[in-house]
Amino acid sequence: MGFLDIDNATKSYGSVEVLHKVDISVEEGEFLVLVGPSGCGKSTLLNMIAGLEEITSGEVRIKDKVMNGVHPSNRNIAMVFQSYALYPNMTVGQNITFGLEMHGVPKADRDKAMIEVARLLQIEQLLDRKPGQLSGGQRQRVAMGRALVREPDVFLFDEPLSNLDAKLRVDMRTEIKKLHQNLGTTIVYVTHDQIEAMTLSSRIAVMNGGYVQQLGTPQDIYDTPANIFVATFMGSPAMNVLPARVEVLNGRPHAEVVLHDGSTAHLPFSQDNLATWAGRDILLGVRPETITDMDGADRKSSNIANMTNRIVVTEPAGSDTFVSMQLGGRDVIARMRSDAEVAAGQDFNFAVNMEKAVAFDPESEMRIVP
Amino acid sequence: MAQATQDTAIRTGRITRTLIYLVLLLFSLFYLLPLYVMLANSLKPLEEITGGGMMNLPQVFTVEPWIKAWSSAQIGVEPTGLRPYFWNSIKMVVPAVIVSTVLGALNGYVLTKWRFKYDTILFGLMLFACFIPFQIVLIPMARMLGLMGLAGTTWGLALVHVVYGIGFTTLYFRNYYAVFPTELIRAAQIDGAGFFQIFWRILLPSSGPIAVVSIIWQFTNIWNDFLFGASFADANSQPMTVALNNLVQSSTGVKEYNVHFAGAILAALPTLLVYIVAGRYFVRGLMAGSVKG
Repeated sequence: MGFLDIDNATKSYGSVEVLHKVDISVEEGEFLVLVGPSGCGKSTLLNMIAGLEEITSGEVRIKDKVMNGVHPSNRNIAMVFQSYALYPNMTVGQNITFGLEMHGVPKADRDKAMIEVARLLQIEQLLDRKPGQLSGGQRQRVAMGRALVREPDVFLFDEPLSNLDAKLRVDMRTEIKKLHQNLGTTIVYVTHDQIEAMTLSSRIAVMNGGYVQQLGTPQDIYDTPANIFVATFMGSPAMNVLPARVEVLNGRPHAEVVLHDGSTAHLPFSQDNLATWAGRDILLGVRPETITDMDGADRKSSNIANMTNRIVVTEPAGSDTFVSMQLGGRDVIARMRSDAEVAAGQDFNFAVNMEKAVAFDPESEMRIVP
Repeated sequence: MAQATQDTAIRTGRITRTLIYLVLLLFSLFYLLPLYVMLANSLKPLEEITGGGMMNLPQVFTVEPWIKAWSSAQIGVEPTGLRPYFWNSIKMVVPAVIVSTVLGALNGYVLTKWRFKYDTILFGLMLFACFIPFQIVLIPMARMLGLMGLAGTTWGLALVHVVYGIGFTTLYFRNYYAVFPTELIRAAQIDGAGFFQIFWRILLPSSGPIAVVSIIWQFTNIWNDFLFGASFADANSQPMTVALNNLVQSSTGVKEYNVHFAGAILAALPTLLVYIVAGRYFVRGLMAGSVKG
């Protein structure tokens, strides 16, 4: 029993099922991020928790109380919307206290709560303004203030940062994280931005096509993705996924990959039981940052493999240099230190941290669990 | 920027420009002529009109025709002037405009934010009400008013106009609320506001521009209506338009054209006034800042 339980929740519109038996249990104080491409059902799931959409079958429980059919205002939740949804005709102060007013809280208590929240979010000087007179970041704060003031059991965030410009988005992201750390509230947060998901969450549910593809800590999701969708969705640049063949050399399974000129390289796996796949085709997953030059290789890794391959393009990005090459017939990207000495057209000796490499079954696209 | 717009604007020479303004001036004179005739002739004694020279300015300036039209002219058989009928019109128009606008707003709210099965069909049927000719409803409406005991009363007339106006006001408000962000409604729901609280506290305060449109439209139409007034009102509940007709038609001796002109202006004045006063609030941008902008 968690603090917020989503138990076999399904949503259908007519005969079309858009959300299939979602099962998530959120602990008190946890920051759960629902992430996925548009149309994956993450907003629908959030609206079902909020009570804005009905649950077709299954249950949503908050503090062990079944919420199916309970009006949104009686669930003790608060929601921050993508468009902020501030009432245009009310001042900031009225916006913040509207929910309390609707719940019959006396004026004196409302004002006290409003001042507290305004101080916390540093919007005291804005209380008498109308939403139309605020900047995007200020509106965002007011929207959060409106949610905070009610001291709800669960906060729901629906892509709250997607309307902000890039710099402000990073600032507000940090601020939301700070707020969560200081207040210890339970948060369910919807986003399509995998970096937001990684930085904010204590756990992530990666969704696609109405299914939860994987539920786990950011590190779990990043290092041991359940399938190719999760592997390529999380991380930027995306994980390289390329065809390879498992060969056993000296009693150890290796990934045989085709280099740019048609010759092959053999990269030893860390997972010994991949030997059962000997002679079979797999899809090899390697993150860009695990392919480096020899000097940049992770010193703690027990399994650094070498291969020489031709560099096609180099893209210096300031902090890193991205290097692309042909591997297994695919474009593969390596992420190097910015001072790595690389040039296009050069045959370069790459170091591959095979400890971090994962293998996928090409049929089911699921990760082969060692 | 200014340079760029000048380059792309259509260049017109001085002569063309003068020509354009000349034509425009001519047209506006043509359109303003009737108003001039009415105004000028309502301010002169009857002899000046009957002596010819409708287009002349008054030589003897008098407001007598206005006073007469307002308070003592012969309307049908009673020498009451237009005054009692003016109040009849007010008593009919004000409730009818308010009620039809409020109902239209409620309909628009339900049709966009509380969707139900077949709501688009219902809306289609309501739209259809906008295009039913007046004449078709005359006899059934007379029968209904009789059954309700409202025949020949100002309230009955107001009811007719409310029923006839709902189609239009619903159309206005539905289209306005269709682009009103639904997230605001959802936020209010989570905040614990009920059906009418959302309508009253969130939606209505943001409906200024469309309410003005609805009020101007309804006021003008109901005030200017003649057919319903002539059909459903009795001698004591006649609206202004019917009384004006009776003023002009009353044939006791000479036709007092100056009084007729004054009466006609009196009958047209309220709609003009509503447009001038309310038109000022006909502004956009009340929605600014609610959502991303």
